[in-house]
Amino acid sequence: MAEVSIVGTAFDPAAEAARLVVDGAVGATVSFVGYCRDEGGRLAALELEHYPGMAEEEIGRIAAEAKRRWPITGLCVVHRHGLVRPGEPIVLVATASAHRAAAFDAAAFLMDFLKTRAPFWKREHGADGSTGDWVAATDADDSAAARWAEAERPG
Amino acid sequence: MRVLYFAWVRERIGLAEEELAPPPEVATAGELVAWLALRGDNYAHAFERPGTIRVAVDRVHVPASAPIAGAREVALFPPMTGG
Repeated sequence: MAEVSIVGTAFDPAAEAARLVVDGAVGATVSFVGYCRDEGGRLAALELEHYPGMAEEEIGRIAAEAKRRWPITGLCVVHRHGLVRPGEPIVLVATASAHRAAAFDAAAFLMDFLKTRAPFWKREHGADGSTGDWVAATDADDSAAARWAEAERPG
Repeated sequence: MRVLYFAWVRERIGLAEEELAPPPEVATAGELVAWLALRGDNYAHAFERPGTIRVAVDRVHVPASAPIAGAREVALFPPMTGG
């Protein structure tokens, strides 16, 4: 897969992350996988709508910024669209670097910005067959993204 | 210009996209939202809280104050909830 992939079917996050270990320069990988929850049995699926074209481009811009800020040797982002069932991965963010700090920080940065800037929208599908509401954005996600700007301020 | 709608903005308007030619006095992304809100009850419903609407011009996020002159594609959508 490419560095950034938007996919319509289930994927294997471990296999994608393992591709980052390309040579002996890689000393660390960090991977985050976000899964669809069933919310205590209430949900049958999450529907993910996206903006084709912009989704890839925006995640690519976030990835370029991560590579500018940290000495990472590779990264991989995979994001689902369409109907995602409980237990299936929605998103994978994986990074590789010589030492762990860059991989940890770059992965957290990628995930925080992806949540607030990648054009995806979730809607709930109930176990009772109902189509539920669009999921509302949270202030916590905005705060998580904002902390990276504060870390850049001098003093 | 091609105008695209996503998620509940798309559902409330009842269209995924349309080709529009706003008048020249509609100069910014925010003014486009205000102009669209006058096109009918469905648009008024979609844009009843214009401050929540996010805008991308040619697939790049922009603030409401951004100019739209020359844009090929303008997208209007709710705050994003991916990941």
